[in-house]
Amino acid sequence: MMPGSAAPAGGAGMFVPAATAGTVLCCMCGVAMQPNPANMCARCLRARVDITEGVPRHAAVVYCPDCSSYLQPPRSWLRATPESPELMQILLRRINRPLARLRVSLSGAEFVFSEPHSKRLRLKLRLRREVLHGVVLEQTHPVEFVVHDRLCDSCSRAQANPDQWVAVVQLRQHVPHRRTFLYLEQLLLKHGQASLAIRVAVAPGGLDFFFGSRSHAARLVDFLATVAPIQTQTAKQLVSHDTKSSVYNYKYTFSVEICPICREDLIALSPQASRDMGGLGPLVLCVKVTNAIALLDPLTLRVHHLEEKKYRVYNFKAALTSKQLVEYIVLDIEQESPEISIDGSRYQLAYAQVARVSDFGKNDTIFTVRTHLGHLLNPGDHALGYDLYGANLNDDDMDTAMTRYSLPEVVLVKKSYEKRPRTRRWKLKRLPVEEDAGNKAKGEEERRLDEYEAFLKDLEQDPDLRFNINLYKNEDYRSEMASTVGDDVPTVPLEELIEDLTLGDDEEDEGDEAVAGNNQSGMVE
Amino acid sequence: MASRIKFENSCEVGVFARLTNAYCLVPPGASEGFYSVLDAELGGGVPVVRSSVAGTRIVGRLCVGNKRGLLLPHNATDQEVQHLRNSLPDEVVVRCVDERLSALGNCIACNDYVALTHPDLDKETEEVISDVLGVEVFRQTIAGNILVGSYCTFTNKGGLVHPQTSVEDLDELSTLLQVPLVAGTVNRGSDVVSAGIAVNDWTAFCGSDTTATEVSVVESVFRLRDPRPGALGSDVKSSMVQDFFRS
Repeated sequence: MMPGSAAPAGGAGMFVPAATAGTVLCCMCGVAMQPNPANMCARCLRARVDITEGVPRHAAVVYCPDCSSYLQPPRSWLRATPESPELMQILLRRINRPLARLRVSLSGAEFVFSEPHSKRLRLKLRLRREVLHGVVLEQTHPVEFVVHDRLCDSCSRAQANPDQWVAVVQLRQHVPHRRTFLYLEQLLLKHGQASLAIRVAVAPGGLDFFFGSRSHAARLVDFLATVAPIQTQTAKQLVSHDTKSSVYNYKYTFSVEICPICREDLIALSPQASRDMGGLGPLVLCVKVTNAIALLDPLTLRVHHLEEKKYRVYNFKAALTSKQLVEYIVLDIEQESPEISIDGSRYQLAYAQVARVSDFGKNDTIFTVRTHLGHLLNPGDHALGYDLYGANLNDDDMDTAMTRYSLPEVVLVKKSYEKRPRTRRWKLKRLPVEEDAGNKAKGEEERRLDEYEAFLKDLEQDPDLRFNINLYKNEDYRSEMASTVGDDVPTVPLEELIEDLTLGDDEEDEGDEAVAGNNQSGMVE
Repeated sequence: MASRIKFENSCEVGVFARLTNAYCLVPPGASEGFYSVLDAELGGGVPVVRSSVAGTRIVGRLCVGNKRGLLLPHNATDQEVQHLRNSLPDEVVVRCVDERLSALGNCIACNDYVALTHPDLDKETEEVISDVLGVEVFRQTIAGNILVGSYCTFTNKGGLVHPQTSVEDLDELSTLLQVPLVAGTVNRGSDVVSAGIAVNDWTAFCGSDTTATEVSVVESVFRLRDPRPGALGSDVKSSMVQDFFRS
């Protein structure tokens, strides 16, 4: 009607009249203001209505001082650091219900600092609520939470009796050495799988892992199934039972048995097994054990992976194990075929002339054998192998094989290196394993140390083996010993080592830089 | 002078009463207090006529009028029309309007010279309005609301409109009406100004929720403070009445 005060809008071609918002007087105090749905100025509105009415100003929160976690009713305990978003979430949940009931929405919240020993947590909330014909008011509202200390269920149980376990994983391998467990220990450490264990104890033929909950134990079993050929049996025992609330308490036992076949074992396959694997063997070396067993025929360089289930069908034993390795000296080597790579490991077929080190210089007993280590061995080298010529074998399959085939007199397994210093520039972490001091046999301690040393040596020589585990820098290592070691001896490259995290008194010294600094000054505890 | 009254516990006095310079229409059957305040304030100059419209008591919303005439919706009964013709002064023309939008008080706002109407009103109705009420008719909206009768109220002296009316709209409307207008509220912030107030050239009745600020706005824009020889009531008298009925 009156286009005087109008301006054309662009683009759409629509005519939009300009609208300057006028002012009205606040109906209460008469101050001029922009019209709003209540037609009342903010001060009058605030004076008339308190949107925080009914919103609690005090609340309580339960805190476990042992594990620094907060109770999330009804039963869960959540870990939260002071003034963290997690803590804010826990606290806001405590007052969420009154807010929802009052139709108050939360537009912001922040912590107000309070002394930790005051046992108070203070939040400043910004609340928003609709009042009077759709006017939305926002107001700050302080809430104080009283922190009640109470031990959580697991902590109180742990305090009452720290050894109280609910589930146990009995890990066993029926072999005369502990090499497998040393390796598994490193795997568990790397993946943090045993961190939930209450206790780890040595048992005859294996380790026992004790857990506070069944699911933690089941998790460990699941992990083991991915890294080792295992067979699991579970059992449970009723401990207590409440008929009224139908609560049953059990103790769970997971019996986990690892196949008794280890790396470097020599196996004579039964005719049936050999046939099923496509004519493999019958004399095979176990070259790798994951959740499947890798069998290598050293005469043809064929590798067969045998799954745990398949293994249970044949259920063969090792004819000779790494304890029976004999040292040989290589007199001559003749490459037969080019170097090949199978599953990341390199092999080369060669003819080798070897003599036992014990015979060397005493008689002229020389063996000419085929070996898969052609790429490693040179004339003059030492090598470890199984002495089938002199061995006293007690294995039915081996007997069968001997009657059917002409077996080699020697099976070379690995190259042997001269003795090296016992100090290394790297180290491993260990699980806190409880030894059973009561029935320790004589010389057990030395045997353990020897086995550990052999395991370290294996790690050093086999990059495949240390691929899955974490090696840490040994800060105590002094390099002057290095000059006495020949260049030939394999060592772990420096770049494979992980710097161990050391926490000093000074908070800021934490982290990589601090560790680097410590390296230079050599001041590490 | 503006008085604060209540109609049976309701503050929306504009809904229940239609006040013009020539007559005042109120529903029957309300408390005598309500009638007596009106009588006392208006005195003998303006007859207070009790009548329902279309069988309801919301006479202020259903009919519209000024000193020349009164328009009733088509559903007003013959009895009511006859009663009003008998009761109102002779010079007031009473007429039924055959209009689909029967709440005429919500759709039409007028003084003795100008009327603002709902934009969708019939052409015939528009003619009837200008004939019966003797006014110039403009189709308008108030702050985007098409119910102009609800959101504005004006007399020959001034007018009150919806609080969110923009400055441009206010200028335009006061140019049309040739009276000063102000955006304001009644009944403690209610923006339905016409429902909360019944006003003529010398008296206003507001709902009893109306605050002092709003009363002063009403009094100033409708120029009710003018000392007027013919008008009834001085400040002293009205405040006495107020005090009496509010206690």
